[in-house]
Amino acid sequence: MRSSKAFLTTTGAVAAIAAGVAFGSASAAAETIRIGDINSYTRLPAHTVPYRQGAILAIEEFNRSGGVLGRQLEFISHDDQGKPGEAVKVAERLFARDEVVLISGSLFSHVGLALTAYAKKSKRLYIAAEPLADALVWAQGNRYTFRLRPSTYMQAAMLAAEVAKVEKAKRWATIAPNYAYGKDAVAAFQRVLTELRPDVEFVGSQWPALFKIDAGAEVEALKRLEPDAIYNVTFGGDLAKFAREGKLRGLFEGRLMVGLLTGEPEYLDPLKDEAPEGWLVTGYPWYDIETPEHKVFVAAYQQRWDDYPRIGSVVGYNTMLAIKAMLERAGSTDTEKMVDAMEGLSFDAPTGPITFRAIDHQATMGAYVGWTALRDGKGVMVDWKYLDGVGYLPSDDEVRKLRGGQ
Amino acid sequence: MFLVASGLSIIFGVTRIVNFAHGSFYMLGAYIGYTLVQAIGSTAIGFWAAVLIAAVAVGAIGVVMEILLLRRIYRAPELFQLIATFGVILVIQDVALWVWGSEDLVGPQAPGLKGATSILGKPIPEYDLALIAISPLVLVGLWALFKLTRWGTLVRAATQDRQMVAALGVNQRWLFTGVLFLGSALAGLGGAVQIPKGGADLLMDFNILAVAFVVVVVGGMGSIFGAFWAAVLFGILQTFGIQILPNSTLVLMFLVMAVVLIFRPWGLLGMPETLGQAHPGPPEQPLRPALPRVRALGGAVTALLLALPIGHLVFPELVGVFTLVLVIEIMVFVLFAAALHFIMGPGGMVSFGHAAYFGGGAYAAALLVKFADAPFELAFWSAPVGAALLAFLFGWFCVRLSGVYFAMLTLAFAQIAWAFVFQDMPGSVLKTFGIADEFGTPLKITGGDDGLNDIWPSGWASTRIAYYYIAVGLSVAALWIMRRFLYAPFGYTLRAGRDSPLRAAAIGIDLTRHRWLAFTLSGAFTGLAGALFLFSKGSVFPTTLEIARSFDALLMVLLGGVQSLFGPIVGAAALTWLNDLFSVLSYWRFLLGVTIIALVLLLPQGIVGFAGTRLGRRLQLARPEEITA
Repeated sequence: MRSSKAFLTTTGAVAAIAAGVAFGSASAAAETIRIGDINSYTRLPAHTVPYRQGAILAIEEFNRSGGVLGRQLEFISHDDQGKPGEAVKVAERLFARDEVVLISGSLFSHVGLALTAYAKKSKRLYIAAEPLADALVWAQGNRYTFRLRPSTYMQAAMLAAEVAKVEKAKRWATIAPNYAYGKDAVAAFQRVLTELRPDVEFVGSQWPALFKIDAGAEVEALKRLEPDAIYNVTFGGDLAKFAREGKLRGLFEGRLMVGLLTGEPEYLDPLKDEAPEGWLVTGYPWYDIETPEHKVFVAAYQQRWDDYPRIGSVVGYNTMLAIKAMLERAGSTDTEKMVDAMEGLSFDAPTGPITFRAIDHQATMGAYVGWTALRDGKGVMVDWKYLDGVGYLPSDDEVRKLRGGQ
Repeated sequence: MFLVASGLSIIFGVTRIVNFAHGSFYMLGAYIGYTLVQAIGSTAIGFWAAVLIAAVAVGAIGVVMEILLLRRIYRAPELFQLIATFGVILVIQDVALWVWGSEDLVGPQAPGLKGATSILGKPIPEYDLALIAISPLVLVGLWALFKLTRWGTLVRAATQDRQMVAALGVNQRWLFTGVLFLGSALAGLGGAVQIPKGGADLLMDFNILAVAFVVVVVGGMGSIFGAFWAAVLFGILQTFGIQILPNSTLVLMFLVMAVVLIFRPWGLLGMPETLGQAHPGPPEQPLRPALPRVRALGGAVTALLLALPIGHLVFPELVGVFTLVLVIEIMVFVLFAAALHFIMGPGGMVSFGHAAYFGGGAYAAALLVKFADAPFELAFWSAPVGAALLAFLFGWFCVRLSGVYFAMLTLAFAQIAWAFVFQDMPGSVLKTFGIADEFGTPLKITGGDDGLNDIWPSGWASTRIAYYYIAVGLSVAALWIMRRFLYAPFGYTLRAGRDSPLRAAAIGIDLTRHRWLAFTLSGAFTGLAGALFLFSKGSVFPTTLEIARSFDALLMVLLGGVQSLFGPIVGAAALTWLNDLFSVLSYWRFLLGVTIIALVLLLPQGIVGFAGTRLGRRLQLARPEEITA
């Protein structure tokens, strides 16, 4: 029940902020800098609420230490219902009615892409926090859009680079949800691994419908392929069902298992003692990160929310850090000046230094790669390392080509 | 799957209520079951007791819904209960979020059945064997209940001829209450027994709903054995389907449903809908020309809409840019809802899949812009044309059916269209011909889930005010044209076909052709709404074709009032506006759900039904004989 209580407090806080805006006078608007936040709070609360909590924590810290450019920050948060059209409408409302200086947030790729197109058209700044779609900064990239979290390609490339070292894994099978993210994640992994290891062979792919997996049948189909290794992109409830059926039916025995995002607390924790062991995953081992910056962040987060941070929390926190650093560098809330300040912006985050690349507006925030294990009846990551995102991006020439000369 | 579907089937068969909340009951079953299993489920007896208690509890919630809500609106127009249950969905969503939190709950394994047994050398989880045993047990139990008890006989009688049962002096109220208890409890049971296979999460309700409807329809409405065999059939298809065609997971069920409905219009074991089972309300009034007051009101609203941008330029504080944005969005959905109403009200064809033409139109325009570099003016008009073609094609199959089967076939086609763009089938097809990018990944044609982006109107139309006039002008014009159609002989013919197909056919009307034409026209107008939507948002995604979008439109029509031409207009405007008003608040779904339920209870004829009340009559919005309350 603890998490639901924390959730209540958050929604309460946000409602209060939103109410303040609705009845606030015009003079107050001149004093505070307003940041518009759009995310899928009703569609995927398990992921988006930690994001909002991380962001609010950062905003409160800034305001206690005197704000930014001598002004207080205000965080105005709205729900996009997981619909791209709705998100565009909310963006227009935030800019027109709430007079925010920029928008940030979103989790779903299609919502992020809709906002990317909107940012380009309206020439307003959009800082995508969590959407993973590669197109966001490449094929659809534009001057007004930036992205913080390591993309599908980057995380898949990290895993591919790690497993390329495993000699015996030659026959690969993949299982991924049947939509753009799953397809991209498999394509990127296949591409990078084939480049590093021309001798590997991909023997088959399974594409369960998102959140409608028939795990028993999928596991049997994978077994029939007789792979040495399996690359998993399923997540959420699908992952739980896949992990359970796979264990029961002996799919994982003697095979190298690799999971994209599987190590994130959002996905690993609900599995409790059934969390898969010995998978190579990307994730967020917040419990074992010993750097001082990160320990401070975890302590502050736990004190504020009476809950532990998820990957969304740290992304939300980092996004606000980026916005603060950008505002200080721009010295203004003029959109063009803010965009100029975002390009090449460097700042220090709890997870390490991050730079927004000028070439494609992708941040170099990295990911934690490690092996899953059970500790005290809970899934954790062990033997992990932090891989900086900068090493897992295509060459500059290729990026320019992908961006189509924008 | 069978458990849920059989519950739905029973409720529909007897009460003719399309119960959208069924998925929510399934979700509640899972959540309540989860909590109980955590509390008492550590032993085998405790576990199964927890599952049973969860089922009974959900059944009790179903009874509460029946007594407090549905019972009050049985006399309302057909399908009106659907909105009430939709309100319940929204409420249950937020209640579940509030009580159980947002994290996915992974169910514990069933005590005593944790391992896997080896059958023919393959490990099969023991719990799967238990499930395999449960379904036939429930089936036999239900069979015994219906065949051997007096209550069961009455329920079967009510399924076949409700009026006769009533005439024989059977208290239908308690019969319905009992049926709702049984049906809901089955949904709850379904939710609870799947805990060890999955768990509980907040997306379960919609995920199961479509599946359950498909199973029910394929099996035949009201037939429990049909539901059972359909569930078995889909289980087998699913297992083999994903081995042979791993990509087919999304579309398989709906393809099968479409094929079944085309060849066996009443499902595998269903019976044709009994003719003459009209809904129990008073007969619908014929269409009459609007009263002067109503016309004046319409004119005033149009004038106000046209003057709004001027207001924005003169008083920017009073009429902000966002007001214009909101009005554009409202007009889009007004047009969408009116186009749906075009076949639903006068045509009597309830489409569950109208989003196919909304999104289909938008995609037609977007593809033309992306790949042919078509100018905005040309691409825009390709949307209604494209949507009309799509409706023309799908309509040919659909208009031969009626009632719920028609609705389900439209839904099946909408899902096929959705999967088509969602999986980017054109791209995949090109790949099989060797046309792909340098890495061998299929080309992006529809872009799949990532959609088509960055599609905006050309320069002259891209300012807010210009686009506002385009949206308002086209919507009003389209509404006027639709109105003309309905007052023309064509519209009267459609109504004749709805009210008495036999008599209409007897006087020489080719009903199928008329219905087909109406369906195509409706598709064209829906496509126009889709084009307006596309160019106001700048991108299009498969979500524009998904089931939820179809249901939104349905909800707007029903909430406004299906019997009046103004109904969908008012309903769409009200719902879009309420959605915008509430969505800035936390737990807005709860508020919206409660508002919908309140509206349903207060105005069982839809919002426009207000005109028929005494107050409405005094304001001269309706004729004396149109009083309904």
